[in-house]
Amino acid sequence: MNRKHLISPKSQDKLFKIFAALCTGLVLLTLLVLLIDIGIKGIQRINWSFFTNLPSRHPEESGIYTALAGMVGLLFFTVIIALPIGILSGIYLQEYGKRNKLAKFIEINISNLAGVPSVIYGILGLQLFVRTAGFGNSILSGALTLALLIMPVIIVSTREAIKAVPDSLREASFGLGATKWQTVRRVVLPASFGGILTGIILSTSRAIGETAPLIVVGALAYVPFVPEGPMDQYTSLPIQIFNWTSRPQQGFVVNAAAGIIVLLLFTFILNGTAIYLRNRWYKKTAI
Amino acid sequence: MVQKDSYITEGSPYGIYKLRVEGLNLYYGTKQALKDISIKIAPNTVTAFIGPSGCGKSTFLRCFNRMNDLIENVTITGSVMVDDIDIYKNMIDVYQYRKKIGMVFQKPNPFPKSIFENVAFGLRINGESSKSVLQGIVESALRQAALWEEVKDNLNKSALTLSGGQQQRLCIARAIAVKPSVLLMDEPASSLDPISTAKIEELIYQLKDQFTIVIVTHNMQQAARVSDKTAFFYLGELIEFDKTDKIFTNPSKEATQNYITGRFG
Amino acid sequence: MNRIRIRSEKVIEWIMILCSLVSVLTTIGIILVLSVDAFKFFKEVPFVDFLTDTQWTPLFEDKHFGIMPLLSGTLLTTTIAILLAVPVGITIAVFLNEYASKKFTSVVKPLLEVLAAVPTVVYGFFALQFVTPLLQKVIPGLAGFNALSPGIVMGIMIIPYITSLSEDALRAVPKSLREAAYGLGANRFQTAFKVIVPAANSGIVVSVILAISRALGETMIVAIAAGQQPRLTFNPLESVETITTYIVQVSMGDVPQDSLEYRTIFAAGITLFAFTFLLNNISFWMRKKYQHRYE
Repeated sequence: MNRKHLISPKSQDKLFKIFAALCTGLVLLTLLVLLIDIGIKGIQRINWSFFTNLPSRHPEESGIYTALAGMVGLLFFTVIIALPIGILSGIYLQEYGKRNKLAKFIEINISNLAGVPSVIYGILGLQLFVRTAGFGNSILSGALTLALLIMPVIIVSTREAIKAVPDSLREASFGLGATKWQTVRRVVLPASFGGILTGIILSTSRAIGETAPLIVVGALAYVPFVPEGPMDQYTSLPIQIFNWTSRPQQGFVVNAAAGIIVLLLFTFILNGTAIYLRNRWYKKTAI
Repeated sequence: MVQKDSYITEGSPYGIYKLRVEGLNLYYGTKQALKDISIKIAPNTVTAFIGPSGCGKSTFLRCFNRMNDLIENVTITGSVMVDDIDIYKNMIDVYQYRKKIGMVFQKPNPFPKSIFENVAFGLRINGESSKSVLQGIVESALRQAALWEEVKDNLNKSALTLSGGQQQRLCIARAIAVKPSVLLMDEPASSLDPISTAKIEELIYQLKDQFTIVIVTHNMQQAARVSDKTAFFYLGELIEFDKTDKIFTNPSKEATQNYITGRFG
Repeated sequence: MNRIRIRSEKVIEWIMILCSLVSVLTTIGIILVLSVDAFKFFKEVPFVDFLTDTQWTPLFEDKHFGIMPLLSGTLLTTTIAILLAVPVGITIAVFLNEYASKKFTSVVKPLLEVLAAVPTVVYGFFALQFVTPLLQKVIPGLAGFNALSPGIVMGIMIIPYITSLSEDALRAVPKSLREAAYGLGANRFQTAFKVIVPAANSGIVVSVILAISRALGETMIVAIAAGQQPRLTFNPLESVETITTYIVQVSMGDVPQDSLEYRTIFAAGITLFAFTFLLNNISFWMRKKYQHRYE
């Protein structure tokens, strides 16, 4: 009967296993190569002056001081804006509007927003914040744009975290005469804190790496000063990297690689923290 | 414990027992789930495994087709002989071997394919692609499973459109289409309504002519109705194995007596 | 006391509804912003020209406004990425779900997450500075900017995405189906590809659709490594410009506001948005339809 197969089921199984292991290995190898390649290219430039120097026409004197400052400021305002709105809408969708039409409509919206290319958010920010509202090429414009961009991530992870809180806790709280909001604030939110925090960190990590929308809303590549308020012009680390990458001189390629090392460190630390928190939190709630 | 056995069919090529287990122990990690089990099952009989939940009866059933291989950390010692071949010791191809042992599960689990493709599945994975061969076998399997009349006009409809009882009979048809010699049934009627259950029980009685059937059930009336012999399990041990009549009217062990009279379980 | 309480409950609920409406407003904002300026654009450039002209040169003296070169660049890089990412991504998902030990999976999955967390500007650098020179050694005629290298890197970037979504779909297939297949004597390969994958197909299709949408909208990798020459070609060895790259290119330049050149980014943007919006809605609809299949 086995002769009817072109390849016997047994060798099919073996061949697939080899192929799949190879695929997995190659993908992980790519990650390794990427890290090593960037490490080799950039490590020579990592020194104190790289962090404290302003951008310059000479690659070896150029640093990421303003880019780092811009990035921190940008992230600060992004999180400040996105956090309350994102968490409150997450709570509303999960705890209050589970069945009504409005909530369903909003849900479709969020799932759609999560799939909108980030560069399109840039166009929205350009027209809405930079031009119409007149905020110009400021940190505020960038932060508002990024806030809209990461909002779906915060909403979805807030909902997931809240969903994991067992109904018995809510019932216990209602049973004691608590109102809906009291239950949410004193029972549901504390119990889902770990999950919500994980979502916030992951969305921050996403915001750190975003480049395209910031270019569109006018983050500048050359900013020789540190922004002091939300209305100042700014640059950000990914923008600085992009700018260096597109220059022909080898010195700037080295700078770009060094900038990437710093950017990756930020990203990995944030993601690592999120994964750590998630695992810890799951262990706690998995009773 | 097993005395003269009147259920043995003449002409069985493999000794007088179809299934023979000796000194079987099974561990999940370090936890022992089955303790030193020995049993002999004659061909063309229906054997019922009864006992309270968690007693190991389902786990034991799954030893016969090495379904426990799918769980990590399971170790098995002792021997399970099917047709006098030890299925754990000899270098058998477990996938080829499983084709000889049909299995029907607690909940009907048809594949999300058409009725026809469900029954044809086992043949297709054996490389059978001739439409006429498939049609013949699918029809006869569905007839044997007493489902043919109900579905013959809708063979290309999704199996998920069938009722629960029909789905379970489809799963039986799917199992017997590959012509196994043993049919393992893990609480096959537990999720069904009484009428569907009656149909399944009637079917089991008819299928006995061609298969050696082992059925796990938590329903003692069912065991009494369909089986020739009954094995009572408790806390991972085989307490008593005898003719069904005897187990239900005059068991030798006190634990059995307590269970069938409903004192625990 | 009680009345105040009830009122404050209502106020809080309304604040939350307003917050939720921000996402609706964002969607409306995107559609409005894109269409208003795209509408102004199409008042000056006939829609037929936009679709049929084979040149895109809004920033030149001799202006042409044919979207096809940008579209072909976008589709070319996306196709390369998807051709790589879909088979590899699904293979890894099946491998992790059906073959690999728990221990192996618990090591590989976080590593794939790392891959997914790498910012796209980093992938762009990698494509331009590592993959392109590497490919040039194998393919002698390869241009410094080309569609192939960013396409491949984009594919690698998307793999974890497909793997994770497909794996969720595979895991959602009930254990009983797997047991039924094994019980009939199917081996791992047959169980995986004749039962589990077909049973999870809607979830896998969703993962592919979302991956395509992601590749269409990806910006930095192509902006860095594919070049900025709009060209109606399907030759992966040549330099191409995608819709997203064009938007970035115009944003970096000094294009006067309210000029026709400025509006081109809205026309290009709405084209891109239309594609991804369609794909996202298809996937949302599919997910809703098949979500409760096994519950």
